[in-house]
Amino acid sequence: MSDTTAMSDKKAMSGDETMSELSGVTIEDGKVAITEYLSIDLDKETWHCRRCDQNLGSARGPYKEALVVYEREPADIHDPVIDPKKYAFTYSPDPDWCRIIEYYCPQCATQMEVEYLPPGHPLTLNDLVLDIDSLKARHRADGQSADSEQGSSK
Amino acid sequence: MNKPQAPSERSLIEQFLDDNVLFLGPDPDIMSDHSVSIPNDREVSAVKAWGDRADDINLIRNRLQTACNESFDMVEQMGAAPGAKWGDLIAGIFSCQGDLSMSSAGGVLIFSVLAQHPVKFALKYWKDEPTVGINDGDIFMHNDARYGNIHNTDQSLCLPVFHEGEIVCFVGTIVHEGENGACEPGGMPGGAESPYDEGLKMPPLKVGENFEFRKDLLTFLQNSVREPKLQLEGMKSKLHASLRIKKRVEEIIKDYGVDAFLATVRGTLTDTEMEVRRRLRTWPDGKVQSNVFADSTLRENVLIKIRCEVIKKDDELIIDLRGSSPQFLNRANNTVLASMKGMLAQLFLMFVWPDLPRNQAVFAPISVLTDPGSALNCSPEAPNAQSMMTFFPAFTAVQSAIPKLLFAAGYRSTDIIACWYNMITTFVYGGYSQHQEFVGNVCADLNGMGGAARATRDGEHSIAPIFASMADIGEQELIEEEVPMMKLVPHKVMVDNCGFGKQRGGHGYQQIVTHKDTQAWGYMVNTIGAKFPSTYGIFGGYAPGCYPLCKVKDVNVFEVMKDNRDLMRFTIEEIMNKQPFPDATYSSHHAGLQFELAEQGELYMITQGGGGGYGDILERDPADIAKDWADGIVSKNTIENIYHVVMDYGTGALDQQATDKARAAERKARLARAKPFKEFAAEWTKATPPENLPFYGSWDDPAVLHLGSPDKTCPADAIEPVMMPDPKDVEIARLKAELAALKSI
Repeated sequence: MSDTTAMSDKKAMSGDETMSELSGVTIEDGKVAITEYLSIDLDKETWHCRRCDQNLGSARGPYKEALVVYEREPADIHDPVIDPKKYAFTYSPDPDWCRIIEYYCPQCATQMEVEYLPPGHPLTLNDLVLDIDSLKARHRADGQSADSEQGSSK
Repeated sequence: MNKPQAPSERSLIEQFLDDNVLFLGPDPDIMSDHSVSIPNDREVSAVKAWGDRADDINLIRNRLQTACNESFDMVEQMGAAPGAKWGDLIAGIFSCQGDLSMSSAGGVLIFSVLAQHPVKFALKYWKDEPTVGINDGDIFMHNDARYGNIHNTDQSLCLPVFHEGEIVCFVGTIVHEGENGACEPGGMPGGAESPYDEGLKMPPLKVGENFEFRKDLLTFLQNSVREPKLQLEGMKSKLHASLRIKKRVEEIIKDYGVDAFLATVRGTLTDTEMEVRRRLRTWPDGKVQSNVFADSTLRENVLIKIRCEVIKKDDELIIDLRGSSPQFLNRANNTVLASMKGMLAQLFLMFVWPDLPRNQAVFAPISVLTDPGSALNCSPEAPNAQSMMTFFPAFTAVQSAIPKLLFAAGYRSTDIIACWYNMITTFVYGGYSQHQEFVGNVCADLNGMGGAARATRDGEHSIAPIFASMADIGEQELIEEEVPMMKLVPHKVMVDNCGFGKQRGGHGYQQIVTHKDTQAWGYMVNTIGAKFPSTYGIFGGYAPGCYPLCKVKDVNVFEVMKDNRDLMRFTIEEIMNKQPFPDATYSSHHAGLQFELAEQGELYMITQGGGGGYGDILERDPADIAKDWADGIVSKNTIENIYHVVMDYGTGALDQQATDKARAAERKARLARAKPFKEFAAEWTKATPPENLPFYGSWDDPAVLHLGSPDKTCPADAIEPVMMPDPKDVEIARLKAELAALKSI
């Protein structure tokens, strides 16, 4: 089967070599793309919005603190399919149990994250905490600098 | 005061205890260890002799993989259980030490990482046990999840393969057989209140010798379940499929020698682990967090928190699930830790590295941390037949977290993906068939879960289950030949039934079933997420909605439609909102239905869930929305108020200018209504769960677990198991209170 063939071939070809740790990483405007909407400027150690380049604070801290947040009524997004006047369960979340928290970029208003939480549940502030020293070391070791515009885009 | 024991006395007591084990329960060392065994001398010498002959090893690997796939096909063709027919199985080869080295490419990938435990148990306890032993021709079976695998509706069978007197491997198959003699028919009792309600529980058990089943044991097993003929047929198909792999192994040994075979089996495990570590090194180091909330035990609505932190460092991954809900000692939704590891492993096999061989080494570099006594690491006294109700949400917690590390990985073999729908939304049935036989099993429609959105494309509609890359939903006409169920609406996509986003999730189908021509027939449904979505989007994408069970009782649609066929409606929305059958009773419920007998012609209706969305809804290409409109899967409300797209609904033509304007206005509105994080958090965050929420698990501190109320807590490292009251007692108490209040007026 091709899976195992591919596996064997890779091993046979590579021996003890390691694949490039950055071959699939996207670098744009000198920043490393981290998620669909976040990038990191390794020199300045800052988070940025990938849509408008807004600075979202220290990359050693939580990017969410720089975002703006809105509590959404679940039925706005999940319209009841069956009549809520007639039925207890309607295909829409129970608003007493579930709220939708939307996080927007403070400049371009891109919706970067959505959380479904019980009312009052602590927000997931540290949903993404990267080891910045390790990230910088990887990029230096790979011969790419954050300024060099290298790397492929996926 | 007792005198301290002399060393000789102590050793005498220890010897006595070792010689007089009263019960061989699940072995904690075997059950807690998912790493690949250290190579033994035989494997080391074989690898030394053949390790550099990559071409030969590759040929042998391909032949073994083909043998596994061939055996998989045999079970699928021969098996009688719906799970066997539609691919809920695997066939595989275990090393001489019991590690699963290779398994069929399709089927239930969870099995790829949790099938080894019963084989290792047999090697540790039965091999040198004079009353059991492991000999050529022996047949072993197992189905108790506390000794390995997922739940006891799955039965595994394995055979040792000998060469010149030594065990060179084990071969076997594992199949979701269904009926297992539990308190409810069909094999997955949501109503089980103890392990003893869950039916047949086989520890690793020798059921045959000389490649034949022992008739006395076979008869015992058949007597333990509601479908004795199915039990026999399932055992025979698993045996003969395993014998086929054995034959292929023997052919390979004849062609290449036993060392080449041993080196391949061992090398595949070593190579796989090495490759996973190499891939992990390309991920950024760091940690990511997520929280998931399961909303039901299947008997009552409660909020069960799954807390997840994933830590990536060098070539290892740690999945920390501490702070999750305590176990429910009289509910079936508890997970044996080994089962959960299997579920998490198949996340990587199916959604992260689907190009890797299906074996347990894929998970070897990954550690899992849990609180003992939690719903994700339950005790042997806790029922686990519906462990999926907690390990599927745990899967979703990890699936929603991983993209935040994977997006910036140097090596990826798949696209970034949101969360797959994660519930086994289907009917479990029981009763008399039209052939006058008592049957109980599950409909394979659960395999039609909606696919999640990916970074570059929408999710596929009702494409595959969360636990198997290739499994079928079966042919309705064939099913109707065997059971008296009729799906008046078998698989109809529901409008807006997906997670919205830049890329939307795939839709799930709605099903409307009834039955006829049977003495007795009933249904069960095992799905959570009717109050709180069970599946989520990523990077700003939304979850799909919630999924209730709807019923139309006190009607026989066959009678009503004799003279008035026009009354029937073919969507749940229309039936429930228009209520077309006069005098019928219409109701909606959470979708944890314990076995319930129904009358001929009554309607039971469920909806298969959709996949999570990916990215901001305002970035969805309006052309994709126009296509969804043309396909009839998106509503005007969603187009206008969620996607903010302007189009002509008659012609399907988009108004790009008006859309740009509407979207710009929505962006402006977002900024106007939102608050800075700190301000919002200060207003939003509460110190404890709300009074009205039966909340289980940690709130802000993972070391403290709530037990259903803001005030009742326990430390996470000393969990108090939860005992839930019978819902009927709860209802009686409510009615009594209501009565007392009325009397006092």
